[in-house]
Amino acid sequence: MMNLLAATVAQGEEYSPLAPEPAELVVGSLAFAIVLILVGWKLVPAIRKTLEERTEAIEGGLDKANKRQAEAEAVYKEYRAKLQEAQREAGRLREEAREQGAAIIAEMKEQAQVEARRITEAAQAQIEAERQQAMQSLRAEIGAMSVDLAGRVVGESLEDSARQSRVVDRFLEELEGRARTQEQITS
Amino acid sequence: MSALHLLASGSGDEFEAPGLHIFDWGPIFKDGPAWLEWFTKPTLIVILAALVVIVFSWRAFGNPKLVPKGVQNVGEVAYLLVRDQVARPMLGKDGDRWMPFLFSTFFFVLFMNLAGVVPVLQLPATSHIAIPIVLALAVYLMMLFLGIKNQGLVGYFKNIMFPPGLPKALYLILAPIELLSTIILRPFTHAIRLFANMFAGHLLIAFFATVAWWFLAEKLTPLGAGVGLVGFLMTIVMTAFEIFVQSLQAFIFTLLAASYINSSLHADH
Repeated sequence: MMNLLAATVAQGEEYSPLAPEPAELVVGSLAFAIVLILVGWKLVPAIRKTLEERTEAIEGGLDKANKRQAEAEAVYKEYRAKLQEAQREAGRLREEAREQGAAIIAEMKEQAQVEARRITEAAQAQIEAERQQAMQSLRAEIGAMSVDLAGRVVGESLEDSARQSRVVDRFLEELEGRARTQEQITS
Repeated sequence: MSALHLLASGSGDEFEAPGLHIFDWGPIFKDGPAWLEWFTKPTLIVILAALVVIVFSWRAFGNPKLVPKGVQNVGEVAYLLVRDQVARPMLGKDGDRWMPFLFSTFFFVLFMNLAGVVPVLQLPATSHIAIPIVLALAVYLMMLFLGIKNQGLVGYFKNIMFPPGLPKALYLILAPIELLSTIILRPFTHAIRLFANMFAGHLLIAFFATVAWWFLAEKLTPLGAGVGLVGFLMTIVMTAFEIFVQSLQAFIFTLLAASYINSSLHADH
Protein backbone atom coordinates (compact mmCIF):
# COMPACT_ATOMS: atom_id res chain seq x y z
CA MET A 1 0.00 0.00 0.00
CA MET A 2 1.33 3.38 -0.90
CA ASN A 3 2.21 5.45 2.09
CA LEU A 4 0.53 8.62 0.93
CA LEU A 5 -2.53 8.97 3.09
CA ALA A 6 -1.27 7.67 6.41
CA ALA A 7 1.60 8.82 8.49
CA THR A 8 3.63 6.03 9.98
CA VAL A 9 2.02 5.50 13.32
CA ALA A 10 4.82 3.61 14.93
CA GLN A 11 8.38 3.80 13.73
CA GLY A 12 10.09 2.96 16.93
CA GLU A 13 11.96 6.16 17.47
CA GLU A 14 10.21 9.42 18.41
CA TYR A 15 9.58 11.93 15.61
CA SER A 16 11.35 15.18 16.20
CA PRO A 17 10.02 18.13 14.19
CA LEU A 18 13.18 20.19 14.72
CA ALA A 19 15.54 17.57 13.32
CA PRO A 20 15.92 18.01 9.55
CA GLU A 21 15.46 14.86 7.50
CA PRO A 22 18.58 14.32 5.35
CA ALA A 23 16.53 13.11 2.37
CA GLU A 24 14.40 16.24 2.53
CA LEU A 25 17.49 18.44 2.75
CA VAL A 26 18.85 16.85 -0.41
CA VAL A 27 15.59 16.83 -2.35
CA GLY A 28 14.74 20.34 -1.19
CA SER A 29 18.15 21.67 -2.26
CA LEU A 30 18.00 19.96 -5.64
CA ALA A 31 14.44 21.07 -6.31
CA PHE A 32 15.22 24.64 -5.29
CA ALA A 33 18.34 24.63 -7.47
CA ILE A 34 16.42 23.30 -10.45
CA VAL A 35 13.66 25.90 -9.95
CA LEU A 36 16.27 28.65 -9.69
CA ILE A 37 18.05 27.50 -12.82
CA LEU A 38 14.99 26.95 -15.03
CA VAL A 39 12.64 29.62 -13.73
CA GLY A 40 15.09 32.12 -12.32
CA TRP A 41 17.80 31.90 -14.92
CA LYS A 42 15.80 31.25 -18.08
CA LEU A 43 12.14 32.17 -17.78
CA VAL A 44 11.92 35.21 -15.52
CA PRO A 45 14.53 37.16 -17.54
CA ALA A 46 12.47 36.40 -20.64
CA ILE A 47 9.35 38.01 -19.22
CA ARG A 48 11.38 40.84 -17.76
CA LYS A 49 12.76 41.58 -21.20
CA THR A 50 9.30 41.37 -22.73
CA LEU A 51 7.89 43.77 -20.15
CA GLU A 52 10.70 46.22 -20.81
CA GLU A 53 10.13 45.95 -24.54
CA ARG A 54 6.44 46.57 -23.99
CA THR A 55 7.17 49.65 -21.91
CA GLU A 56 9.46 50.89 -24.65
CA ALA A 57 6.88 50.14 -27.30
CA ILE A 58 4.19 52.01 -25.40
CA GLU A 59 6.47 54.94 -24.69
CA GLY A 60 7.58 54.96 -28.32
CA GLY A 61 3.96 54.86 -29.42
CA LEU A 62 3.08 57.74 -27.14
CA ASP A 63 6.03 59.76 -28.40
CA LYS A 64 5.01 59.07 -31.96
CA ALA A 65 1.44 60.04 -31.21
CA ASN A 66 2.60 63.28 -29.59
CA LYS A 67 4.73 64.08 -32.60
CA ARG A 68 1.87 63.36 -34.96
CA GLN A 69 -0.41 65.56 -32.92
CA ALA A 70 2.09 68.40 -33.04
CA GLU A 71 2.42 67.93 -36.78
CA ALA A 72 -1.32 67.95 -37.22
CA GLU A 73 -1.53 71.09 -35.12
CA ALA A 74 1.06 72.79 -37.30
CA VAL A 75 -0.68 71.75 -40.50
CA TYR A 76 -4.00 72.96 -39.12
CA LYS A 77 -2.52 76.35 -38.23
CA GLU A 78 -0.96 76.63 -41.65
CA TYR A 79 -4.25 75.71 -43.25
CA ARG A 80 -6.09 78.26 -41.14
CA ALA A 81 -3.60 80.96 -42.13
CA LYS A 82 -3.91 80.04 -45.78
CA LEU A 83 -7.68 80.06 -45.57
CA GLN A 84 -7.66 83.51 -44.02
CA GLU A 85 -5.25 84.69 -46.67
CA ALA A 86 -7.50 83.28 -49.38
CA GLN A 87 -10.55 84.93 -47.86
CA ARG A 88 -8.74 88.26 -47.70
CA GLU A 89 -7.62 87.84 -51.31
CA ALA A 90 -11.15 86.99 -52.43
CA GLY A 91 -12.52 90.05 -50.64
CA ARG A 92 -9.92 92.21 -52.25
CA LEU A 93 -10.70 90.80 -55.72
CA ARG A 94 -14.42 91.34 -55.19
CA GLU A 95 -13.81 94.92 -54.18
CA GLU A 96 -11.58 95.48 -57.18
CA ALA A 97 -14.14 93.97 -59.55
CA ARG A 98 -16.86 96.13 -58.10
CA GLU A 99 -14.73 99.25 -58.61
CA GLN A 100 -13.83 98.24 -62.12
CA GLY A 101 -17.47 97.53 -62.91
CA ALA A 102 -18.52 100.92 -61.61
CA ALA A 103 -15.79 102.57 -63.67
CA ILE A 104 -16.82 100.72 -66.81
CA ILE A 105 -20.47 101.65 -66.33
CA ALA A 106 -19.58 105.33 -65.83
CA GLU A 107 -17.41 105.31 -68.94
CA MET A 108 -20.10 103.68 -71.03
CA LYS A 109 -22.65 106.17 -69.78
CA GLU A 110 -20.41 109.06 -70.79
CA GLN A 111 -19.72 107.52 -74.18
CA ALA A 112 -23.43 107.06 -74.75
CA GLN A 113 -24.09 110.64 -73.82
CA VAL A 114 -21.37 111.88 -76.13
CA GLU A 115 -22.73 109.76 -78.92
CA ALA A 116 -26.26 110.96 -78.30
CA ARG A 117 -25.10 114.54 -78.32
CA ARG A 118 -23.16 113.95 -81.51
CA ILE A 119 -26.19 112.39 -83.20
CA THR A 120 -28.44 115.21 -82.06
CA GLU A 121 -25.99 117.81 -83.30
CA ALA A 122 -25.61 116.09 -86.64
CA ALA A 123 -29.39 115.89 -87.03
CA GLN A 124 -29.77 119.56 -86.16
CA ALA A 125 -27.03 120.50 -88.59
CA GLN A 126 -28.69 118.51 -91.36
CA ILE A 127 -32.08 120.01 -90.59
CA GLU A 128 -30.53 123.49 -90.70
CA ALA A 129 -28.84 122.71 -93.99
CA GLU A 130 -32.04 121.38 -95.48
CA ARG A 131 -33.96 124.43 -94.24
CA GLN A 132 -31.38 126.69 -95.80
CA GLN A 133 -31.62 124.77 -99.01
CA ALA A 134 -35.42 124.87 -98.89
CA MET A 135 -35.35 128.60 -98.20
CA GLN A 136 -33.03 129.21 -101.12
CA SER A 137 -35.03 127.16 -103.56
CA LEU A 138 -38.26 128.69 -102.19
CA ARG A 139 -36.86 132.16 -102.55
CA ALA A 140 -35.81 131.49 -106.12
CA GLU A 141 -39.19 130.02 -106.97
CA ILE A 142 -41.14 132.72 -105.21
CA GLY A 143 -39.06 135.29 -107.14
CA ALA A 144 -39.78 133.55 -110.42
CA MET A 145 -43.44 133.23 -109.58
CA SER A 146 -43.64 136.80 -108.46
CA VAL A 147 -42.11 137.90 -111.80
CA ASP A 148 -44.46 135.55 -113.63
CA LEU A 149 -47.45 136.80 -111.68
CA ALA A 150 -46.45 140.36 -112.21
CA GLY A 151 -46.05 139.69 -115.97
CA ARG A 152 -49.52 138.23 -116.12
CA VAL A 153 -50.97 140.99 -114.08
CA VAL A 154 -49.45 143.44 -116.42
CA GLY A 155 -50.39 141.41 -119.55
CA GLU A 156 -54.06 141.11 -118.70
CA SER A 157 -56.22 144.07 -118.41
CA LEU A 158 -57.58 144.08 -115.06
CA GLU A 159 -60.95 145.68 -115.67
CA ASP A 160 -63.19 144.15 -113.20
CA SER A 161 -62.94 142.28 -110.10
CA ALA A 162 -64.25 139.16 -111.77
CA ARG A 163 -61.30 139.08 -113.96
CA GLN A 164 -59.00 139.91 -111.15
CA SER A 165 -60.23 136.98 -109.12
CA ARG A 166 -60.03 134.68 -112.13
CA VAL A 167 -56.42 135.60 -112.63
CA VAL A 168 -55.65 135.04 -109.01
CA ASP A 169 -57.50 131.72 -108.99
CA ARG A 170 -55.70 130.58 -112.07
CA PHE A 171 -52.43 131.51 -110.52
CA LEU A 172 -53.20 129.64 -107.39
CA GLU A 173 -54.28 126.53 -109.30
CA GLU A 174 -51.11 126.65 -111.23
CA LEU A 175 -49.21 127.01 -108.06
CA GLU A 176 -50.99 124.01 -106.58
CA GLY A 177 -50.44 121.94 -109.69
CA ARG A 178 -46.79 122.78 -109.61
CA ALA A 179 -46.45 121.88 -106.01
CA ARG A 180 -48.17 118.56 -106.65
CA THR A 181 -45.86 117.68 -109.49
CA GLN A 182 -42.92 118.65 -107.34
CA GLU A 183 -44.21 116.35 -104.61
CA GLN A 184 -44.55 113.52 -107.08
CA ILE A 185 -41.03 114.02 -108.16
CA THR A 186 -39.59 114.12 -104.68
CA SER A 187 -41.52 111.20 -103.34
CA MET B 1 -7.86 1.74 6.96
CA SER B 2 -4.71 3.65 7.56
CA ALA B 3 -6.34 6.93 6.50
CA LEU B 4 -8.97 6.58 9.15
CA HIS B 5 -6.33 5.72 11.69
CA LEU B 6 -4.62 8.97 10.94
CA LEU B 7 -7.78 10.98 11.47
CA ALA B 8 -9.02 9.06 14.46
CA SER B 9 -5.65 8.92 16.10
CA GLY B 10 -5.35 5.29 16.69
CA SER B 11 -7.21 3.01 19.01
CA GLY B 12 -9.33 3.09 22.14
CA ASP B 13 -12.51 4.74 23.20
CA GLU B 14 -10.91 7.95 24.33
CA PHE B 15 -10.60 10.92 21.98
CA GLU B 16 -6.97 11.54 21.32
CA ALA B 17 -5.78 14.80 19.76
CA PRO B 18 -3.41 14.38 16.82
CA GLY B 19 0.22 14.78 17.80
CA LEU B 20 3.62 14.94 16.21
CA HIS B 21 3.09 11.68 14.39
CA ILE B 22 0.93 13.40 11.77
CA PHE B 23 4.17 14.86 10.43
CA ASP B 24 5.98 11.55 10.43
CA TRP B 25 5.84 10.03 6.97
CA GLY B 26 7.71 6.93 5.93
CA PRO B 27 8.63 6.01 2.36
CA ILE B 28 5.68 6.11 -0.05
CA PHE B 29 6.51 2.60 -1.21
CA LYS B 30 6.48 0.92 2.20
CA ASP B 31 8.13 -2.29 1.10
CA GLY B 32 9.93 -0.77 -1.86
CA PRO B 33 13.63 -0.92 -2.62
CA ALA B 34 16.07 0.74 -0.26
CA TRP B 35 17.12 3.32 -2.84
CA LEU B 36 13.57 4.70 -2.84
CA GLU B 37 13.51 5.31 0.90
CA TRP B 38 14.02 9.02 0.37
CA PHE B 39 10.77 9.17 -1.58
CA THR B 40 8.31 10.22 1.11
CA LYS B 41 5.20 12.37 0.98
CA PRO B 42 7.09 15.57 1.92
CA THR B 43 9.71 15.01 -0.77
CA LEU B 44 6.95 14.23 -3.27
CA ILE B 45 5.30 17.55 -2.38
CA VAL B 46 8.59 19.39 -2.82
CA ILE B 47 9.03 17.85 -6.25
CA LEU B 48 5.44 18.61 -7.22
CA ALA B 49 5.75 22.21 -6.08
CA ALA B 50 8.95 22.60 -8.10
CA LEU B 51 7.21 21.09 -11.12
CA VAL B 52 4.21 23.38 -10.77
CA VAL B 53 6.45 26.46 -10.59
CA ILE B 54 8.51 25.31 -13.57
CA VAL B 55 5.55 24.29 -15.74
CA PHE B 56 3.56 27.41 -14.90
CA SER B 57 6.53 29.68 -15.57
CA TRP B 58 7.34 27.83 -18.75
CA ARG B 59 3.76 28.11 -20.04
CA ALA B 60 3.59 31.77 -19.03
CA PHE B 61 7.06 33.01 -19.93
CA GLY B 62 8.40 30.34 -22.30
CA ASN B 63 7.43 32.26 -25.39
CA PRO B 64 6.55 35.73 -24.20
CA LYS B 65 4.59 38.01 -26.52
CA LEU B 66 4.57 41.77 -26.52
CA VAL B 67 0.78 41.56 -26.46
CA PRO B 68 0.13 38.95 -23.75
CA LYS B 69 -2.40 36.17 -24.14
CA GLY B 70 -3.79 33.48 -21.84
CA VAL B 71 -1.39 32.12 -19.24
CA GLN B 72 1.09 34.91 -19.91
CA ASN B 73 -1.42 37.37 -18.45
CA VAL B 74 -1.60 35.38 -15.23
CA GLY B 75 2.16 35.01 -15.15
CA GLU B 76 2.60 38.74 -15.62
CA VAL B 77 0.24 39.47 -12.74
CA ALA B 78 2.33 37.11 -10.59
CA TYR B 79 5.55 38.72 -11.77
CA LEU B 80 4.25 42.23 -11.12
CA LEU B 81 3.00 41.17 -7.67
CA VAL B 82 6.49 40.07 -6.63
CA ARG B 83 8.16 42.99 -8.38
CA ASP B 84 5.94 45.76 -7.05
CA GLN B 85 5.27 44.37 -3.59
CA VAL B 86 8.61 42.77 -2.75
CA ALA B 87 11.49 43.54 -5.08
CA ARG B 88 11.08 47.25 -5.69
CA PRO B 89 9.98 48.31 -2.18
CA MET B 90 12.84 46.34 -0.63
CA LEU B 91 15.63 46.70 -3.15
CA GLY B 92 14.71 49.89 -4.96
CA LYS B 93 16.42 50.19 -8.31
CA ASP B 94 18.20 46.87 -7.78
CA GLY B 95 14.80 45.20 -7.48
CA ASP B 96 14.42 44.12 -11.08
CA ARG B 97 17.85 42.51 -11.10
CA TRP B 98 16.84 40.26 -8.22
CA MET B 99 13.46 39.29 -9.64
CA PRO B 100 14.63 35.86 -10.92
CA PHE B 101 15.60 34.77 -7.43
CA LEU B 102 12.66 36.40 -5.64
CA PHE B 103 10.04 35.19 -8.12
CA SER B 104 11.32 31.60 -8.00
CA THR B 105 11.56 31.62 -4.21
CA PHE B 106 8.15 33.13 -3.65
CA PHE B 107 6.26 30.71 -5.86
CA PHE B 108 8.27 27.67 -4.80
CA VAL B 109 7.51 28.42 -1.16
CA LEU B 110 3.91 29.37 -1.93
CA PHE B 111 3.13 26.10 -3.69
CA MET B 112 4.83 24.04 -0.98
CA ASN B 113 2.75 25.90 1.60
CA LEU B 114 -0.48 25.55 -0.35
CA ALA B 115 0.01 21.79 -0.51
CA GLY B 116 -1.32 21.94 3.06
CA VAL B 117 -4.85 22.52 1.79
CA VAL B 118 -4.71 20.50 -1.44
CA PRO B 119 -6.80 17.33 -1.01
CA VAL B 120 -4.77 14.09 -0.75
CA LEU B 121 -1.50 16.03 -0.35
CA GLN B 122 -2.71 17.96 2.71
CA LEU B 123 0.72 18.60 4.10
CA PRO B 124 2.70 21.81 3.74
CA ALA B 125 6.18 20.66 2.77
CA THR B 126 7.52 23.65 4.68
CA SER B 127 6.16 22.19 7.92
CA HIS B 128 9.18 19.89 7.71
CA ILE B 129 12.06 21.99 8.96
CA ALA B 130 14.52 20.67 6.39
CA ILE B 131 12.83 22.66 3.63
CA PRO B 132 12.87 26.08 5.31
CA ILE B 133 16.46 25.37 6.35
CA VAL B 134 17.48 24.80 2.74
CA LEU B 135 15.79 28.02 1.61
CA ALA B 136 16.94 30.16 4.53
CA LEU B 137 20.47 28.82 4.21
CA ALA B 138 20.58 29.71 0.55
CA VAL B 139 19.48 33.26 1.38
CA TYR B 140 21.94 33.42 4.27
CA LEU B 141 24.93 32.31 2.22
CA MET B 142 23.98 34.72 -0.53
CA MET B 143 23.67 37.50 2.04
CA LEU B 144 27.14 36.84 3.46
CA PHE B 145 28.69 36.52 0.02
CA LEU B 146 27.10 39.72 -1.28
CA GLY B 147 27.90 41.61 1.92
CA ILE B 148 31.56 40.74 1.83
CA LYS B 149 31.75 41.29 -1.90
CA ASN B 150 30.12 44.73 -1.79
CA GLN B 151 31.40 46.10 1.51
CA GLY B 152 34.57 44.11 2.04
CA LEU B 153 35.13 41.57 4.78
CA VAL B 154 36.01 44.15 7.43
CA GLY B 155 33.60 46.76 6.16
CA TYR B 156 30.69 44.35 6.17
CA PHE B 157 31.14 43.38 9.81
CA LYS B 158 31.96 46.92 10.80
CA ASN B 159 28.75 48.17 9.19
CA ILE B 160 26.76 45.51 10.98
CA MET B 161 28.31 45.95 14.42
CA PHE B 162 29.03 49.67 14.48
CA PRO B 163 26.21 51.59 12.88
CA PRO B 164 27.40 55.22 12.83
CA GLY B 165 25.86 58.10 14.76
CA LEU B 166 25.55 56.58 18.23
CA PRO B 167 27.29 57.36 21.56
CA LYS B 168 30.53 55.40 21.91
CA ALA B 169 29.47 53.65 25.10
CA LEU B 170 26.40 52.22 23.41
CA TYR B 171 28.54 50.15 21.05
CA LEU B 172 29.59 48.00 24.00
CA ILE B 173 26.07 46.63 24.12
CA LEU B 174 25.03 47.15 20.52
CA ALA B 175 27.93 45.50 18.72
CA PRO B 176 27.43 41.99 20.17
CA ILE B 177 23.65 42.25 19.80
CA GLU B 178 23.88 43.32 16.17
CA LEU B 179 26.40 40.62 15.39
CA LEU B 180 24.26 37.99 17.09
CA SER B 181 21.03 39.04 15.45
CA THR B 182 22.40 39.49 11.95
CA ILE B 183 24.98 36.78 11.59
CA ILE B 184 23.80 34.10 13.98
CA LEU B 185 20.07 34.44 14.47
CA ARG B 186 18.91 35.62 11.08
CA PRO B 187 18.95 32.26 9.31
CA PHE B 188 17.23 30.61 12.27
CA THR B 189 14.46 33.16 12.61
CA HIS B 190 14.06 33.19 8.86
CA ALA B 191 13.65 29.42 8.65
CA ILE B 192 11.72 28.88 11.86
CA ARG B 193 9.18 31.64 11.17
CA LEU B 194 8.08 29.78 8.07
CA PHE B 195 8.38 26.32 9.57
CA ALA B 196 6.49 27.14 12.78
CA ASN B 197 3.63 28.83 11.01
CA MET B 198 3.10 25.90 8.68
CA PHE B 199 3.61 23.38 11.45
CA ALA B 200 1.07 25.01 13.77
CA GLY B 201 -1.43 25.60 10.99
CA HIS B 202 -1.31 21.99 9.90
CA LEU B 203 -1.71 20.82 13.48
CA LEU B 204 -4.75 23.07 13.96
CA ILE B 205 -6.53 21.83 10.84
CA ALA B 206 -5.72 18.25 11.77
CA PHE B 207 -7.07 18.81 15.28
CA PHE B 208 -10.44 20.18 14.14
CA ALA B 209 -10.73 17.56 11.42
CA THR B 210 -10.07 14.84 14.00
CA VAL B 211 -12.69 16.29 16.33
CA ALA B 212 -15.23 16.33 13.54
CA TRP B 213 -14.39 12.80 12.44
CA TRP B 214 -14.39 11.41 15.98
CA PHE B 215 -17.64 12.98 17.16
CA LEU B 216 -19.62 12.78 13.92
CA ALA B 217 -18.45 9.49 12.41
CA GLU B 218 -16.51 7.34 14.81
CA LYS B 219 -18.42 7.95 18.04
CA LEU B 220 -21.63 9.70 17.13
CA THR B 221 -23.61 10.54 20.27
CA PRO B 222 -26.39 13.14 20.77
CA LEU B 223 -24.17 15.01 23.16
CA GLY B 224 -21.02 14.84 21.07
CA ALA B 225 -22.69 15.78 17.76
CA GLY B 226 -22.58 19.47 18.66
CA VAL B 227 -18.88 19.30 19.34
CA GLY B 228 -18.35 17.42 16.11
CA LEU B 229 -20.30 20.05 14.20
CA VAL B 230 -18.18 22.82 15.70
CA GLY B 231 -15.07 20.85 14.74
CA PHE B 232 -16.39 20.44 11.20
CA LEU B 233 -17.16 24.14 10.79
CA MET B 234 -13.84 25.12 12.36
CA THR B 235 -12.04 22.84 9.90
CA ILE B 236 -13.54 24.85 7.05
CA VAL B 237 -12.78 28.17 8.71
CA MET B 238 -9.23 27.12 9.58
CA THR B 239 -8.64 25.87 6.05
CA ALA B 240 -9.60 29.28 4.69
CA PHE B 241 -7.42 30.93 7.30
CA GLU B 242 -4.55 28.60 6.45
CA ILE B 243 -4.70 29.57 2.78
CA PHE B 244 -4.27 33.14 3.93
CA VAL B 245 -1.42 32.28 6.31
CA GLN B 246 0.32 30.10 3.72
CA SER B 247 0.26 32.92 1.19
CA LEU B 248 1.29 35.48 3.79
CA GLN B 249 4.22 33.39 5.02
CA ALA B 250 5.50 32.79 1.50
CA PHE B 251 5.27 36.55 1.00
CA ILE B 252 7.04 37.36 4.27
CA PHE B 253 9.77 34.80 3.61
CA THR B 254 10.47 36.42 0.23
CA LEU B 255 10.20 39.91 1.66
CA LEU B 256 12.79 39.10 4.33
CA ALA B 257 15.06 37.49 1.77
CA ALA B 258 14.90 40.68 -0.27
CA SER B 259 15.55 42.76 2.82
CA TYR B 260 18.61 40.65 3.76
CA ILE B 261 19.97 40.92 0.24
CA ASN B 262 19.47 44.67 0.34
CA SER B 263 21.30 44.95 3.65
CA SER B 264 24.29 43.29 1.99
CA LEU B 265 24.18 45.42 -1.13
CA HIS B 266 24.16 48.65 0.86
CA ALA B 267 25.16 49.26 4.47
CA ASP B 268 21.71 49.94 5.79
CA HIS B 269 22.48 52.09 8.80
